[in-house]
Amino acid sequence: MKDQLEQIRSRALAALEAAKESAELENLRVSLLGKKGELTAVLKMMGKLSAEERPVMGQLANSVRAAIEERLETRKAELAAAAMEQKLAAEALDVTVPGTAPTLGHKHPMNIALDEAKEIFIGMGFQILEGPEVELAEYNFTKLNTEEGHPARDWSDTFYIQEDSSVLLRTQTSPMQIRAMEAIKNPPIRILAPGRVYRKDEVDATHSPMFHQIEGLVIDKGITMADLKGTLETLVKSLYGEDSVVRFRPHHFPFTEPSCEVDVQCFKCKGAGCPTCKGEGWIELLGAGMVHPKVLEGCGIDPNVYSGFAFGIGLERMAMRRFQISDLRLIFENDVRFLRQF
Amino acid sequence: MNLSRKWLKEFVDIEASDREYAEIMTVAGQKVETTARLDAEIKNVKVGKVLSIVRHENSDHMWVCQIDVGEAVPIQIVTGAQNVRQGDLVPAALHDSYLAGGVHITRGMLRGEESNGMLCSIQELGLTHNDFPDACQDGIWILNDEGAHVGQDINEVIGNDDAVVEFEITNNRPDCYSLIGLARETAAAFNVPLKLHEPVVKGGGPGELMELLDVETPDPDLCLRYTARMVRNVKIGPSPKWMRQRLRAAGIRPINNIVDITNYVMVEYGQPMHAFDYRYVGGGKIIVRRAGADKTLTTLDGNVRNLTPDMLVIADETRPVGLAGVMGGENSEIAPDTVDVVFESANFDGTSIRKTALALGMRTEASAKFEKNIDPMLTLPAVNRACELVELLGAGEVLDGVIDILNYIPQPVVLPLEPERINALLGTQIPEADMIDYLRREQITVSDGKIIVPTWRPDLRRMADVAEEVARFYGYNEIPTTLMRGATTRGGYSPSQKLENKAGTAARAMGYSEIITYSFVSPSGMDMIRAPKDDPRRKQIKLLNPLGEDSSVMRTTGLPSMLDILARNYAYHNKAARLYELAKIYLPVEGEPLPREPKLLMLGSYGPGEDFYTLKGAVEGILAQLNTLPVSFEAVTDNPSFHPGRCAALLVDGKRIGLLGQVHPLAAANYGMDCEVYCAELNFTELLTVLAPEKTFKALPRFPATSRDLAVVCDETVTVGSLEACITAAAGELLREIKLFDVYRGAGILPGKKSVAFSLTFRAEDRTLTDADIEPAMGEVLQALERNLNAVRR
Repeated sequence: MKDQLEQIRSRALAALEAAKESAELENLRVSLLGKKGELTAVLKMMGKLSAEERPVMGQLANSVRAAIEERLETRKAELAAAAMEQKLAAEALDVTVPGTAPTLGHKHPMNIALDEAKEIFIGMGFQILEGPEVELAEYNFTKLNTEEGHPARDWSDTFYIQEDSSVLLRTQTSPMQIRAMEAIKNPPIRILAPGRVYRKDEVDATHSPMFHQIEGLVIDKGITMADLKGTLETLVKSLYGEDSVVRFRPHHFPFTEPSCEVDVQCFKCKGAGCPTCKGEGWIELLGAGMVHPKVLEGCGIDPNVYSGFAFGIGLERMAMRRFQISDLRLIFENDVRFLRQF
Repeated sequence: MNLSRKWLKEFVDIEASDREYAEIMTVAGQKVETTARLDAEIKNVKVGKVLSIVRHENSDHMWVCQIDVGEAVPIQIVTGAQNVRQGDLVPAALHDSYLAGGVHITRGMLRGEESNGMLCSIQELGLTHNDFPDACQDGIWILNDEGAHVGQDINEVIGNDDAVVEFEITNNRPDCYSLIGLARETAAAFNVPLKLHEPVVKGGGPGELMELLDVETPDPDLCLRYTARMVRNVKIGPSPKWMRQRLRAAGIRPINNIVDITNYVMVEYGQPMHAFDYRYVGGGKIIVRRAGADKTLTTLDGNVRNLTPDMLVIADETRPVGLAGVMGGENSEIAPDTVDVVFESANFDGTSIRKTALALGMRTEASAKFEKNIDPMLTLPAVNRACELVELLGAGEVLDGVIDILNYIPQPVVLPLEPERINALLGTQIPEADMIDYLRREQITVSDGKIIVPTWRPDLRRMADVAEEVARFYGYNEIPTTLMRGATTRGGYSPSQKLENKAGTAARAMGYSEIITYSFVSPSGMDMIRAPKDDPRRKQIKLLNPLGEDSSVMRTTGLPSMLDILARNYAYHNKAARLYELAKIYLPVEGEPLPREPKLLMLGSYGPGEDFYTLKGAVEGILAQLNTLPVSFEAVTDNPSFHPGRCAALLVDGKRIGLLGQVHPLAAANYGMDCEVYCAELNFTELLTVLAPEKTFKALPRFPATSRDLAVVCDETVTVGSLEACITAAAGELLREIKLFDVYRGAGILPGKKSVAFSLTFRAEDRTLTDADIEPAMGEVLQALERNLNAVRR
């Protein structure tokens, strides 16, 4: 019986070793340890043994069983691991195949640039305001200290709706200054008014009869030109980086005094002069100034008590610079191959 | 305004490179646009002396010259010109030189003879007869009388050793449209003295001015001042080289001494002048008047100009002889045989001149200056300067006396200097003494705290104007940089802007890309979308002066704009497009000057996979994001822009907010599209009025839901919407969701019928439902479907 047990042990272990699949293991388990299994059959014969032999054989039989069971378990684990490995290997993918993404739409680059500017000014306490595009000449010109007879009012430059030149398509977002002052009445006023504006320019790489401006206006007691500089420098540095160099230089607008234009040092040549900045070393960004006392008076705000500043930014130029778009016509062409790039 | 730096030296002495000059002037307020070196074009052309000249052995018209160009050995140049003699000084373009128009000259062989360059004519050097009237017209330019020396750069002989600075002059500074004005700005910016010159006229010419000339100004509103002097026995000829060079640098073609003098003075003082031939001033009378009944005038460029009654003309006793402030008349032009000349130096109303020039399409140097409203005090020094130059050039005899009619009373402008207010506005602490000094640099006197504003500074009328002068010379970039103090304001978007941002985000999440289209459109767009003749949207705001028919009306619908862009993408062979725009339409309001400008949300698409339901799904998705009240759809079969069987009105809380569907194939065809095109137009402004209350949390269900599938057979005409409504009404309060999962036609279903299958979900908040709960509800549903819609369980 001893030999029998030893034989079962060595045969079983060899068979387990040779098994290639978990199903084989199961068959082996049944044939060895099952109710009608070999080992079970041997054990059934234990009763025929003598009282001395029985515990010895019993012990041996148990150790054979334990060895088979242990081996069975480890083989199971081994085979499962191998099967998993094989499965995973079979499932391997070419990870360089492009992903399948849902098709998302794209924001127009102009509005990406606009939103960036809006966020910066909202952070400084500006309220976003909108107003009419078909506008009264009174708001677009007269109240902005641009009298009758000023060249900007010519029919060759401005689109008119009424024969008497009283209604027009606004040529600038600046009438929003007047509308804001009339609506809010009591300073402090801090508004940002982006929108469409219209001028009688034929379409080319840098002109469009419709384009966009962002108007800003601040009115309060004690607002200074130094505040104007601080605010616009914040804008430029937020848009173009902390290390960008800003230059303010005198200019003229009918509705601000003193007036200025704001340049940023050319990013490409760092001021040395290159084709991007037309050799000037600087790129013009926007116009600004202290609100003209006549404009304040016209809106019922006492210039001896309040002061303020205003600025106007050309959005197209800002977006074109931001994304290095070479031709303004692309902005309004809306080719999906263009839109998808942003 | 173009400024010659060489000419500027007569007034200010500064040392600065072109780059430095541009930088300093720009930062001080006179923006330099460009600086052009006049010697940038012609390169490596030198004055040479012809040492010998012999016939070319193999040519009957060419010559072989040995030229001394100031180098160790003479160089050989072959020329075909016939006017060169031994000993002549000539312009010699050396090997690797550049001539006008970028012509590159290199060494070469001419019929066997080496030629190390080329002898040049004035044309080859970019010059004309007007620049050098004595130069040979059809041969080499002989420089013997030009004061040139061997080896000299030809640019110096021409006067090209100069830079022309182009300034952008702002409207408020008419004084800067002159050399003296820019010299004053230069002196102020560099803080150096300005050398001004007071014209001195000897006079003494024969005759009495008052007897020879009479001036009347019957329209004083348009002619503020008229100043005139006379010169007799003029000798018309070219002006001297220095004058021609300066005019050339200023971009003005030299003509003859008298005309050149008027132009020279115009550049110097910014005061346009005119010279009349006295012979043609009929009756010795100059009348500055409105054209009135006179209909035409031939200007000196030979064009017949049609006058309107309000245009200001210069007339003699009988007829107009010039268009005041714009251009002289052909009939009074200075001619080679002119004997006596009248110099006009006047001040005309800027707006009138501008309108005349604009109406006639002839903006001239003179009109451009007048339209800026120049200083009326300039007329007298300018006319005197012209007479002084006549005497300097020996061009004629100046009569004593000046005719000077003043039609306005000069008002001195005095402003208080308010250092504290200026500092308060600028945010600076500039001492008063510094302010006074900045103003002094600009030749503005301050005495006893009073600023005496010069007549040439119409821009200085208030404290803010003075503050700008102070800031300019203190330096804009020296002003500190501060952040606003005082009461804070709450920044942010308005509710409608927030909603727009949400709608944009949702549209992009649905795969729609944003577009921006023009607000003005073609009126024919209404025809292209097949709008009926009486469609109220055809009442569009018209531009009175559009760029063209295509952009002549303000849009009242977004459909044509969207179709334009879809069609363009289609024409570009882009396979598919999903686009959206959030923009305004412009609706005229009876009795109001301004239209209403509501906003639209437009969606548009074409391409594989696009159908009515993808568009509808996108609209529903966006509205869900915006959190509107309940949305429903109604078939629209009679909108001519849309497919009659694939168009729906969008209702939110029962209110009609928009339209969506497949664009009518005929409308799509009008845009050149032969595929299915889908568009939705939502009134975004209206949407703001149908928003649901803000969302709040609802407890998650604690008991499981039970679902039942239900398929019914009904007539084709019964809509899914009506089936759903019927089920919802009949099922009772336990029904939580109803979901369409199949519509089937075909085998097993009679023609004219369809099978529609729904999945119904029931749930209670307080218990797990059993069949006993659901069966009665399903029974009600089936009964109602059969009773109301003749729909029976399949």
